[in-house]
Amino acid sequence: MSKFKNKQSKDMPVISTASLPDIVFMLLFFFMVATVMRKDTLMVDNKLPYADQVEKLENKKAILYIYAGKPSSRYKNIGNEARIQLNDKFAEIKDIKPFVFEERKLKGDKLAPNLITSLKIDKKTNMGVVGDIKKELREVQALKINYTTRIGDVNRNLQ
Amino acid sequence: MARRLAPEVNAGSMADIAFLLLIFFLVTTTIETDYGISRKLPPPPEEIQKDTFIKEKNLFRVEVNQQNELFVEKSPMELKDLKEAAKAFLDNGGGVKEEKCFYCKGVANPKSSDNPQKAVISLINSRETSYEMYIAVQNELVKAYTELRDREGLRLHGEPYSKMKKNLKDVNHSGDKTLLKKRITEIQQMYPEKLSEAEPLKSNNL
Repeated sequence: MSKFKNKQSKDMPVISTASLPDIVFMLLFFFMVATVMRKDTLMVDNKLPYADQVEKLENKKAILYIYAGKPSSRYKNIGNEARIQLNDKFAEIKDIKPFVFEERKLKGDKLAPNLITSLKIDKKTNMGVVGDIKKELREVQALKINYTTRIGDVNRNLQ
Repeated sequence: MARRLAPEVNAGSMADIAFLLLIFFLVTTTIETDYGISRKLPPPPEEIQKDTFIKEKNLFRVEVNQQNELFVEKSPMELKDLKEAAKAFLDNGGGVKEEKCFYCKGVANPKSSDNPQKAVISLINSRETSYEMYIAVQNELVKAYTELRDREGLRLHGEPYSKMKKNLKDVNHSGDKTLLKKRITEIQQMYPEKLSEAEPLKSNNL
């Protein structure tokens, strides 16, 4: 009887899972390559508007990020007004100048003239805040800016 | 059984380890969106020469009010028509004699811009304008410039301007990059981006 059983199980071979790690590693490598670690923890809503006349920012090291938008749901106690975020903190308009100077010092003399300020601003923000940021940047001669957007048709902004 | 086979390493847990790493990277991944409209801000107000005088006909006024409504030359306009209006203005070529624009294909209306070098687009927004509307308007204006430059690129060098720019950034491009750069600056000078942004208006002034 036992002989009979043995013969049957030989007909149904076990599926080899030896290639499973290979598949998983393949996926792993893909995500490892595609991953860019987020530098700052966002504390404001940051739904970027759409645009299609965009340029890619090449040199990731030479970018300053300024975020603006309404405080995200975790920080509702701060209020509903649009706020600016620099690095990991909420900031005021007057903090922008010291922030730019600080970043220039950190990036070193070589990169400092080529610094681009990436404005990551929530699409529902009023232009008043954006205008204030631009005014501060002009005053410290940080003239190269980039309105960071998502790629898409502009009409999607207005829906 | 004199010779013993080397014991096989159990690779079953390899998948678990790989999964663990995979999930970690899945969670931390943000496909970065570092694309955007690049602009150059004007220098601080005290460094701007005050004596620059712009003729009224060389100025194209674009205004966005606090209700996100678009006004071009004081009359309302839909966003989709803005690009064509801007192109018509830039490409008008209404100048005479030394101010004549030889490559413009516009209607040469004497009431509109003399030539693209003189033509200035002025963008005015209110403090209550939403950022998305502002970006949409900026995008349309940039598109107007790009399309005109594309046309000239195609006419002069058989290649649209935007493609030249892409090639310039492409490390695998085989062509002569210094020549490409020269051509790009040349086309940029034919249609220079002159976009002036005034200080945003206070809402009660509108």
